[in-house]
Amino acid sequence: MLTVFLQFLFSGLTVGSVYALVGMGFNIIYNATSIINLAQGEFVVVGGLMMWFFSDSLHLPFIVSICLTILSAGLVGLLMERLTIRPLKSHDLLLMIMVTISVSIVLRGILAFKFGKDPYDYPAFSEGDPLNIGGAIIQQQTLWVIGITGLCIILLYLFYNKTIIGKAMRACAVDTTAAQLVGINVSRMVMISFVLSAMVGAIGGIAITPISLMEYDNGPMLAVKGFCAAIMGGLGRGRGAVIGGFSIGILESMTAGYLHSGLKDAVALVILLLVLFLKPAGILGSSAAARLRKF
Amino acid sequence: MNRDNSLAVLVLIAVIIFVPLVSGSAYVITIGVFSGINALIAIGLCILMGYAGQVSLGQAGFYGIGAYVSATLTHHYGLPVPLCVAAAMIVSAFAAVILAVPSLRLKGHYLAVATLSFGEIINIALNEWGPGGPSGFGDIPTFNILDFIFDTTTSYFYLVWGCVVLVLLFSFNFINSRTGRALRALHGSELASRAMGLDVTALKIKVFVISAAYASLAGSLYAHYVTFISPSSFTLFYSILVLMMVVIGGITNLWGGVVGAILITILPELLRSFEEFDVLVYGLILTLSLMFLRRGLVPLLIEKIKQLRGPLIARD
Amino acid sequence: MLAINTIGKSFGGLIALNNVSFRVDGGSISALIGPNGAGKTTLLNIISGIFPPDIGKISFSGTTISDLPATKIARAGISRTFQQVELFGDMTVLENVMVGRYSRTRSGFISSGLRLPFVRKEERETRDRSLGILDYIGLRSRKDELASNLPLGEQRILEIGRALATEPGLLLLDEPAAGLNIRETRSLGEMIVRLRNEKKITILLVEHDMDLVMRISDRIAVLNFGEVIADGTPLEVQKNQAVISAYLGTEE
Repeated sequence: MLTVFLQFLFSGLTVGSVYALVGMGFNIIYNATSIINLAQGEFVVVGGLMMWFFSDSLHLPFIVSICLTILSAGLVGLLMERLTIRPLKSHDLLLMIMVTISVSIVLRGILAFKFGKDPYDYPAFSEGDPLNIGGAIIQQQTLWVIGITGLCIILLYLFYNKTIIGKAMRACAVDTTAAQLVGINVSRMVMISFVLSAMVGAIGGIAITPISLMEYDNGPMLAVKGFCAAIMGGLGRGRGAVIGGFSIGILESMTAGYLHSGLKDAVALVILLLVLFLKPAGILGSSAAARLRKF
Repeated sequence: MNRDNSLAVLVLIAVIIFVPLVSGSAYVITIGVFSGINALIAIGLCILMGYAGQVSLGQAGFYGIGAYVSATLTHHYGLPVPLCVAAAMIVSAFAAVILAVPSLRLKGHYLAVATLSFGEIINIALNEWGPGGPSGFGDIPTFNILDFIFDTTTSYFYLVWGCVVLVLLFSFNFINSRTGRALRALHGSELASRAMGLDVTALKIKVFVISAAYASLAGSLYAHYVTFISPSSFTLFYSILVLMMVVIGGITNLWGGVVGAILITILPELLRSFEEFDVLVYGLILTLSLMFLRRGLVPLLIEKIKQLRGPLIARD
Repeated sequence: MLAINTIGKSFGGLIALNNVSFRVDGGSISALIGPNGAGKTTLLNIISGIFPPDIGKISFSGTTISDLPATKIARAGISRTFQQVELFGDMTVLENVMVGRYSRTRSGFISSGLRLPFVRKEERETRDRSLGILDYIGLRSRKDELASNLPLGEQRILEIGRALATEPGLLLLDEPAAGLNIRETRSLGEMIVRLRNEKKITILLVEHDMDLVMRISDRIAVLNFGEVIADGTPLEVQKNQAVISAYLGTEE
């Protein structure tokens, strides 16, 4: 009984980790710009596929591959911001969000061209037998995914609370005009937010690919789940995305396990709807803060 | 309805009549049929977004309800098609009320996610409990009114675009009247709208219902044309595609929905020759159009025409 | 006509209104004055139903309205203007007034969509009456301009016109003279008096321009820190010691 439950719980935590990372990526950009970046899922795919490219295709050492992958994802984020978001300089959020969708299509086009339509994977980070936790069989990579997500959460927390740039980015989130007045370079913060968010997404991709494989068109579904996670927790709230991501992940795996796998998305979405109807600004969101933002 | 819009409707009717006459190619007319179906749903989204300021990422849900309800009723119970199409619109309208009542407390991104969830839940329900499950079902009777069967592509083209014209006329009529003014007022200032006695909530619900009914009509027309449907046609990605049509065409004008629908329907067909580059080129074209058109193609064109007309009027 | 009974309202511990009571007689021009932050706009918002009072009761022509939403209050015959002009900026001047007719007309989405005969008749009536109102307030020549393109003075007049279209029994004006020059203020004052005399509309205005208030009001209530400190004719209020000290500061 407990064994089965633990099995489902760990698989939920694994999927939830990725949702949480994507959700945090949404929040990073949302806080700096109010834009919902629907190319967020593609960052995860870039992470997984580039990792394969560096480690399995070029046979570079593990650590080097990880660094190069994160850097290249950061570069994708940078280019996206430089080539589309910055030149557009529009306050029309709907337009900006549609641009992120069209950029995601471009990224998918490039990935499809480079990697084709096959699923990719590479070996887990550590070799060895699966662990036995309370009777549940847990792959070592599962722990890697959860651990890396935890590390990202801590690093982001430190970044936002202990570094000057992080604090400046929080200031932009509260009031862009005021931030500008005290001398914060807002457009640089926007750029950093895209780079950072792409890197966070890519880390998720690097960690999850050995478990769930990666295809060029996995992005949109990941983006939708991450978006739901961010909304569930309350947009712009760092902890909110983590709570939302893990809740959705666990709900999905429990539904798939105990009920029926076809319904796993439905149950998570129904719960999300109920949360929204009861708390219109998400679990951690205050409706007053939501009202301040136009969109 | 003002003079420019009446003129534009007449031009549209002329184009509708001439397209099948000029082009004998069934392929072109088929694309025309799909453009028309997409235009119906895009017009609804235009009204919802451009006039009522509400977002919906769940239009595929209503599109799916329209397709499944009228297909099932005609296929399994042999009821007359127009009756089933109307029944489907009523079912969609009810679904819209159920979605709208709790959702209207939500704003912006939160509303987007609520509607997105609705659309996905409908899609999952069709997969799980819809006739035929994930693989769908076929042998749906083609559209007929009494004894006349729209079984040729050309006749179906006229049917779909006839519906587009009627929906456009209906929409322009209510936009240029009491209710339409109220919607635009709501968009301008909700505070003043309430002070003027506008029943804000009821108006928002009604617009939601109208956009759902249009999507449902589009879904029914789709089902009776392709005669085979499966849940994969009614996903979130279709909702996003409709959103793209409306944004490219321009949300502030109903013609934006029509023009956007035609362009976005034709574009992938034009890109077939790029083969493995097609997704990339498609994405690049969308990105560039969004960046250069900004407020949408139709509002931009209207602005240009006004600029051209301006000096002429001044000379008079 | 309007009876305000022991109204109280606080926002997160901050008391905006405390035990406020006064009456507005039918056919009068009444004014509500007081220093900034005294709670005048809050009171107007409560009367017009933008938000409900915490305690107390407001009745209008004998029926309680303090528990009704803004929409119902508007339909009951109370209309208003706003301190920060709240016109429908991307609609024309005429359309703004036509929106005001909303609560007095019937046609819905389907009947308008089908352009049923009664809809056409109603639409014609709405148009004619709205043009009539534009004539009355002197903005007919501007009817096809976008509301946001008017100068502030005309925007304030248009807000009054839009409110008139709802056929109000009571009109609430929130600082109608703010931002107007002396000439515009004078013609505004004349219009307010005309509305009362010719259209028999009761007026309650919040205003800082004492000149205007003293000239046109029949009765003045003074709010300070959320409480009524004086209520009477302009002459009585001007002599009231509490009012003088509220405006000039107390001399110890």
